[in-house]
Amino acid sequence: MSQTAIRIRELTKTYGNHRAVDGLDLDVHAGEVFALLGPNGAGKTTTVEILEGFRDRDGGEVSVLGTDPHGATRAWRDRIGIVLQTSGGLDLLTPREILRSTAKGYRASRDVDEVLEATGLTAKADDRISGLSGGQRRRMDVALGIVGRPELLFLDEPTTGFDPQARRDFWELIRGLAHDGTTILLTTHYLDEAEHLADRVGVIAGGRLLALDTPAALGGRQSQEATVSWEEGGTRQNVRTATPTTEVASLAARFGGEVPELTVTRPSLEDTYLGLIAPHVTDERQEVPA
Amino acid sequence: MNTLALGVDRTGVELKMYSREKEAVFFSFLFPILLLLLFSVIFSSQFEDSASTGMTAARYFLPGMVAAGVILTSFQTMAMSVAAERDDGTLKRLRATPMPPAAYFLGKVGLVICTSLVQVALLLLVARLAFDVPLPDTGGRWLLFAGVFALGVFGGTVLGIAYSSLASSRSIGAVVIGPQLVLQFISGVYIAFTDVPQWLQQVASVFPLKWIAQGMRAVFLPDALASAEMAGSWEPGRTLLVLGAWALGGLVLCLTTFTWFKRGSV
Repeated sequence: MSQTAIRIRELTKTYGNHRAVDGLDLDVHAGEVFALLGPNGAGKTTTVEILEGFRDRDGGEVSVLGTDPHGATRAWRDRIGIVLQTSGGLDLLTPREILRSTAKGYRASRDVDEVLEATGLTAKADDRISGLSGGQRRRMDVALGIVGRPELLFLDEPTTGFDPQARRDFWELIRGLAHDGTTILLTTHYLDEAEHLADRVGVIAGGRLLALDTPAALGGRQSQEATVSWEEGGTRQNVRTATPTTEVASLAARFGGEVPELTVTRPSLEDTYLGLIAPHVTDERQEVPA
Repeated sequence: MNTLALGVDRTGVELKMYSREKEAVFFSFLFPILLLLLFSVIFSSQFEDSASTGMTAARYFLPGMVAAGVILTSFQTMAMSVAAERDDGTLKRLRATPMPPAAYFLGKVGLVICTSLVQVALLLLVARLAFDVPLPDTGGRWLLFAGVFALGVFGGTVLGIAYSSLASSRSIGAVVIGPQLVLQFISGVYIAFTDVPQWLQQVASVFPLKWIAQGMRAVFLPDALASAEMAGSWEPGRTLLVLGAWALGGLVLCLTTFTWFKRGSV
């Protein structure tokens, strides 16, 4: 676990006079699932594309599996898997055909039937991809990303447009890969997705890292005050407190039993996230997303 | 797997996709054959003295249709499919794998070789069996055929791949078919080259299609018709030279301009 899969130091990338990535530092450990969060135009996609070897950087140091992705070699590509945001052009083929052909480029690819099974595509293996549902197509993309048995998998907004059940199924698939030891770098807009899947979460905005922690502890969530709320005299009462249990006990004593419509809440990951990016969002909305 | 084996595998994938796209099969693969059938029927009355001249409509149009087929299966197919693959992310997806870039190009070349060979075989078969067109009877003519065909197909392939960078997949159809249609008319594919005004003949002479068509006339038409050519002869040497230059230039252009990513995306 002490190994570093991705190491980023002082990374910068500028488009015109817009600094898309502005001195980013980040480490992703081998074997972890790391979620990169941030508003549109935050520099997420630029950063990930630099890590994937698709984009050149202006400054800083980047090492992915011990190699600089600039000038990526075939041997390096053999060890990483990339699930792109959109991948078309497969309509006329079947999942089995494209997986079989893609697998041949790798040195130690997974068995095609095994990949079809893991991604839930066995029943559709010999159907044209044009006939697959949105969720099945996305699983097809993941199948292409993992057929080479990658040590490191990039997942770019994998569940956009999924229905809730498809998302749950998809999360199971990703958890299974993580369990087998694959390092995963995930970008997503869904906070619950990050919370379910990620060991650690990094929030970036304005091309910089704003916060980095486990989903439970991000932005000091654990130590923040809880809100105790109840119904009294026809209005909602709210008390923010560091000792909610004491507060509830004294309320119970005062009401002599049940407290009407009692809730105790801590800030959700989404609240914390929105609080973190709030100072950056007004600026970023005006930028053209790269 | 080595690059060559991956190229063979990519050829298989390309052939599957090509054969499943019915529009492509019709408009690039079967089109010259259908035109040959059509022209041979429509213009048969203009070749009534065929018994004395040995010329029939089918024999007259065969070289043009072979030339059109070469351009359609190589240049048009490549320009349109590579533009589409760049736009829909296929190229980016392939770039993300350890497959060497050369394997992708070998797959394209393999596809064009297979489709153009089968197409020209069908054209010759139809001409021979349905219209009794005599095929070349000397090794020299077949050698010239092989040279013009190979250089034409290779040049069309690399020029098509280079040309794909000029437009997005939405506009590539118009950008390819418009100029190509003009070239076909002024290069002697649909109408006799000698009927084209001299200045247009000179314009056409800059581009490879005119030379493919002229080379194919040298292969399939009787030598007596050579005097009708612009230079008064078949010019086989010059034909091969011009096509070779275009193929080489196309290869350089292809290698220097090719990009795996959509314009403005990286």
